[in-house]
Amino acid sequence: MMRCLRMQLAAVTLAGVTVSTAMAAEITIATVNNSDMIIMQELSSQWEDATGNSINWVVLEENVLRQRVTTDIATDGGSFDIITIGAYEAPIWGAQDWLVPLEDLGDAYNYADIFEPVRNGLSANGTLYAVPFYAESSFTFYRTDIFEAAGIAEPQEQITYDQFAEIIAAVHDPNNGVYGTCQRGKAGWGENMAFVGPLVNAFGGQWFDMGWNPTIDSPEWKAAVTYYVDLMNAYGPPGASSNGHNENRALFADGKCATWVDATSAAGYIFNPDESSVHDRTGFFQAPKQVTDKGTGWFWAWALSIPASSKQADAAKDFLAWATSQEYVELVGNTKGWVAAPPGTRKSTYDNPEYLAAAPFAPTVLNSILAANPADATLNPVPYTGVQFVAIPEFQGIGNYVGQQISAALAGQQSVDQALANSQQFAVREMTKAGYIK
Amino acid sequence: MARLVSIPRKSFNTTLAGFLGFLMFFPVLWIVILSFKTEGDAIKAPLEILFATGWTVESYGAVQARSDYFKHFTNSVFIAFGSTFLGLLIAVPAAWAMAFVPTKRTKHILMWMLSTKMLPPVGVLVPIYLIFRDTGLLDSRFGLALILMMVNLPIIIWMLYTYFREIPGEILEAARMDGANLNAEIIFVLAPMALPGMASTVLLNIILAWNEAFWTLNLTAAKAAPLTAFIASYSSPEGLFYAKLSAASVMAIAPILALGWLSQKQLVRGLTFGAVK
Repeated sequence: MMRCLRMQLAAVTLAGVTVSTAMAAEITIATVNNSDMIIMQELSSQWEDATGNSINWVVLEENVLRQRVTTDIATDGGSFDIITIGAYEAPIWGAQDWLVPLEDLGDAYNYADIFEPVRNGLSANGTLYAVPFYAESSFTFYRTDIFEAAGIAEPQEQITYDQFAEIIAAVHDPNNGVYGTCQRGKAGWGENMAFVGPLVNAFGGQWFDMGWNPTIDSPEWKAAVTYYVDLMNAYGPPGASSNGHNENRALFADGKCATWVDATSAAGYIFNPDESSVHDRTGFFQAPKQVTDKGTGWFWAWALSIPASSKQADAAKDFLAWATSQEYVELVGNTKGWVAAPPGTRKSTYDNPEYLAAAPFAPTVLNSILAANPADATLNPVPYTGVQFVAIPEFQGIGNYVGQQISAALAGQQSVDQALANSQQFAVREMTKAGYIK
Repeated sequence: MARLVSIPRKSFNTTLAGFLGFLMFFPVLWIVILSFKTEGDAIKAPLEILFATGWTVESYGAVQARSDYFKHFTNSVFIAFGSTFLGLLIAVPAAWAMAFVPTKRTKHILMWMLSTKMLPPVGVLVPIYLIFRDTGLLDSRFGLALILMMVNLPIIIWMLYTYFREIPGEILEAARMDGANLNAEIIFVLAPMALPGMASTVLLNIILAWNEAFWTLNLTAAKAAPLTAFIASYSSPEGLFYAKLSAASVMAIAPILALGWLSQKQLVRGLTFGAVK
């Protein structure tokens, strides 16, 4: 009798192990390399322990990841179950049915807690195709000690780029190793054009008119790009045309820049005493405006999505629900410190007193993100969405080319007029080829 | 009779060669230096980095803790050596045939093979990807060894063909007259004489396969990713990981640098084989 019972017990245990092994899924996540993603990678073992599933990580540089994932999705390769994509790809890929809709992440998933502009930015035709991991806008970092020494008070209202240039002239002190301003100069749609795009918006310009005709040779573009090139040549650091986000971040953290208009997500780094020598001497205000205040701060989000070719969509959804939840933000805050919590995605993060205490920049970041409206980012009506980019597949090539031309103008290799004429010609050719214009 | 070279000229030549050598080695040296700095120190001005900051191995620890170096290393070894082995299996008979039994089309075939190197790899990415998907070779080490073998095959055949051409055909004829069959002729007569050339071909192919970053990044995901993917995972446009990226680079290039260092005599001998009559 006893022997029979033991055998039955053993059989039940074996069956249980077999079932749980069969249920456990192995998912592959392709992601980029930045601080927030590294934290997610570290904490993901908790999800693995809780579910019995396992994760293979593929970490790649942003552009390599884009190419790799595009190839895999377009060929239905099925190499990845979760991919990290940005606010540019989510609506385009979603509209092409390359991604799994994410409207059903479970009753416990608090969709209402996600900021509306972020949700809209990751949707196509009203369907959510990616859930935000963190979101950012742009604002102006400045050195409080330098402003104080120059007798300049922190702007309370949004200033114009003309006023911004006057401030920069007053704080420019290259003899003491401090340059008036550091802005992106490295060519690329995600590099210098992330700054130039909102600058053009502020000057009243736009990429295309309502008939999809490029308008890069317009007076507004010329005024904006001339302002940028003159400003950087007069008050920027040497070799500015090769400085991207990372280089400027390093320069600002090392005390070499008095002002810097860039990603709000860099605030956590600048305010971290272990990494920044100016953590206690940095303030921030809104990115400047000029003839309009529309589209003056960019919008970007890193988000997680599931390619339509995934063979483990259910397990992948379970992971997304965990990694982009309110509980995950709290987990990061409690284990890695609140300043490291993923910013810009959830209302609950900005209601949390612990986060607000650890991140003095939080309210300004929130205002910048809520003010960035990709659906209405230009003075005149346009047929596209996006603040610093245009949400069409052709933009990546056009944006990179225009970025190269403007970077060459900044380096003194050609005039602004020449750069804009080349850019216009290229954009017209690409848009004609793509069938937008005849 | 040896040529007389004046001492000042010799000193000048030596200094110039040393300077050029240092210039070429400098990027590698700088990566090594950065890998022993903290992330905060690695972004400082070059002189500050050299003299005003301390040294640490924390980046190596962080890289090993975050990524499985040995898995990537094993994949690199398998792919580099596997592709070379597969390449030799095809290239030795092919080069033998072209060197010792040429036809009037041999030169054209050689030129055609070389011309395949002129095609940008991205041009055939999608068809290759689809073939790999349908044959289950995506993210597999064998698949990568196969594609890298094909990519480097023209170079292997060309190099072996050049070396084989230096060997007098009469020696092979003599072997045949002594009763050697084709296998014995290649293994016991041809191979020993062409050994320096074959060794340098093998080494060069291993180096090329080790450093190849297009196919290895595009055809792998989590399982077969070699050290090129390991380095790429530390490159970031948003975030400062210079020290970790440098540490990852040093860990990736160290094995192949060591191999090249240990076999440099053989490599130079092979590359100059037949250059002086």
